[in-house]
Amino acid sequence: MKAVPDLVEEIELTPDETDIDREYLKFVLSEWDAQALEEALLLKDASGAEVVAVGLASDPDIDQALYTALAKGADAAVKLSGGPEDATATGVRAALLAGYLAAEPADLVITGVQAADDIDGQLPPMLAAHLGQPHVSVVIAVEAADGGVLVRQEFAGGRTHQLRVTTPAVIGVQAARQAPRYAPITRIRQAMAAGGLREVTAEPAAASAAPVVRRMYRPEQTSHAQMLTGSADEVAEAIAGLLRDRGLVKG
Amino acid sequence: MSPMNVMVLAEHTGKQISEGTYELIGAARDLAAALGGQVEVALFGPRDLAAQLGAADRVLSVDHPALAEYLPQAYEVALTAVLAERSPRLLLMANGTPGLDLGAAVAVGWQAPLAAYVTGLAVDGGTVVATSAILGGKVLAELELPGERGVATVVGGAFGAEAGQADAVPEVTEVSPPAGLDQLAMSLAEVTEPQGGDVDITTADLLVSVGRGIESKDNVELVQDLGDALGVPLSASRPVVDAGWLPKTRQVGKSGLKVKPRAYLAFGISGAPEHLEGMRDADLIIACNTDPGAPIFDVAHYGTTVDLFDLVPALTDKLS
Repeated sequence: MKAVPDLVEEIELTPDETDIDREYLKFVLSEWDAQALEEALLLKDASGAEVVAVGLASDPDIDQALYTALAKGADAAVKLSGGPEDATATGVRAALLAGYLAAEPADLVITGVQAADDIDGQLPPMLAAHLGQPHVSVVIAVEAADGGVLVRQEFAGGRTHQLRVTTPAVIGVQAARQAPRYAPITRIRQAMAAGGLREVTAEPAAASAAPVVRRMYRPEQTSHAQMLTGSADEVAEAIAGLLRDRGLVKG
Repeated sequence: MSPMNVMVLAEHTGKQISEGTYELIGAARDLAAALGGQVEVALFGPRDLAAQLGAADRVLSVDHPALAEYLPQAYEVALTAVLAERSPRLLLMANGTPGLDLGAAVAVGWQAPLAAYVTGLAVDGGTVVATSAILGGKVLAELELPGERGVATVVGGAFGAEAGQADAVPEVTEVSPPAGLDQLAMSLAEVTEPQGGDVDITTADLLVSVGRGIESKDNVELVQDLGDALGVPLSASRPVVDAGWLPKTRQVGKSGLKVKPRAYLAFGISGAPEHLEGMRDADLIIACNTDPGAPIFDVAHYGTTVDLFDLVPALTDKLS
């Protein structure tokens, strides 16, 4: 699981403009990882899998995400350290997770198909390449099957393929079969009070080649919407006028 | 061996090369010209599709039963073999399912850096420089792909498709299928075409679309009232469909449908690149989002930061 900047927030850049400034940002669990956790829990509900939630100790507010996973039904939660301090790049994360999984193998790794800030590639294929395991991403359903799993992979326009995959394997989840379940705050507090996070230090695998960030910048607005201001009623009137002018509504 | 070539992975449905492939070939033509190399297209599956790849200098064809349909491991084995044989300077893949699925794995195996979510590509003094749109399009990163090889997964619509199409017959080089294709750890069990829609949002003149900002299923009804008043269907961005609040047939964007209505009203949609890909060609876009920095305002013609929960009822009232 990865904590990523909450995109509702204003994103600032570091003074040298080669990274985003994380100091004052609010972090949330990557939405695709929330979907991946849900799919893992559905797999547990259906076939009794043991679910271990894994987060990186270097991620801001990762404890909260891990305790929430426990409150939702994960059997264990691992807070992983051992890599470089700045572990935002997918390559760094994949190497550390590969080191951890070499020591503590899993039958199936389920993670989010992508994260909003993974500029050097997505975790599922990169991790699978380190582990030498088959992988499938953009998955919208995972079910246990003889000797492996049946996964549904989605393509543009809604076409899907069902694949039979031998485990161990790595799956990148686009969306779970149902919306992520809710964990009541009392259960999260109970999980925190019980303090069930297991701290593990892993030896990272050899890092892969990475791109070099020259600079980061905000997109230049080549065009921008003409903003309609005023009360809700005034803006509604302006929009109704635009639609009427084009003959899209009557009256 | 031509180490300054640019390779494109072709995507197809078995009969038709995808639009995204032509966009990549168009981009590859410019890059290859700057690098002094050629454009090679890796085509897996039916060899006759090479006839649709006239803008390539060379088509590298691998045909094998395991490649009849897209199968992640089969494509990865074939692509790895073709890369080893041809050693291009750069591999371009579309940021769709195959790009998200294979890009990073192939990059690790090929020991090449990868730039994801690429919206721009250039050659600067011999170095390949990619522009990557991250954090929902809020930040652009300029990335160097140093060394002798690199991979870029390119966002749909970033380049025009026209430059990637030509009425010519490309040279076709057959590459023998690697042995790994006979020892795969996965197989295709079933292909499902999208279910017929309850309504067809691609033919509507006017669409009312909702995004994450709607917050709950109950609130969708508020916007449904507006749709009903206008007599138009509701469409949505991915989070609303993933939450199960509207059916998949209403999803606009990369993994949904591409729409081009005369007017598109977007409520609570921030404008992630995947969504913009599906609606940016609408004649008129009016966006409502409380975040004045939302990327949707960069493509919208008109925008407002008035709360949708105030605006939608007012609009329904005026248009009923």
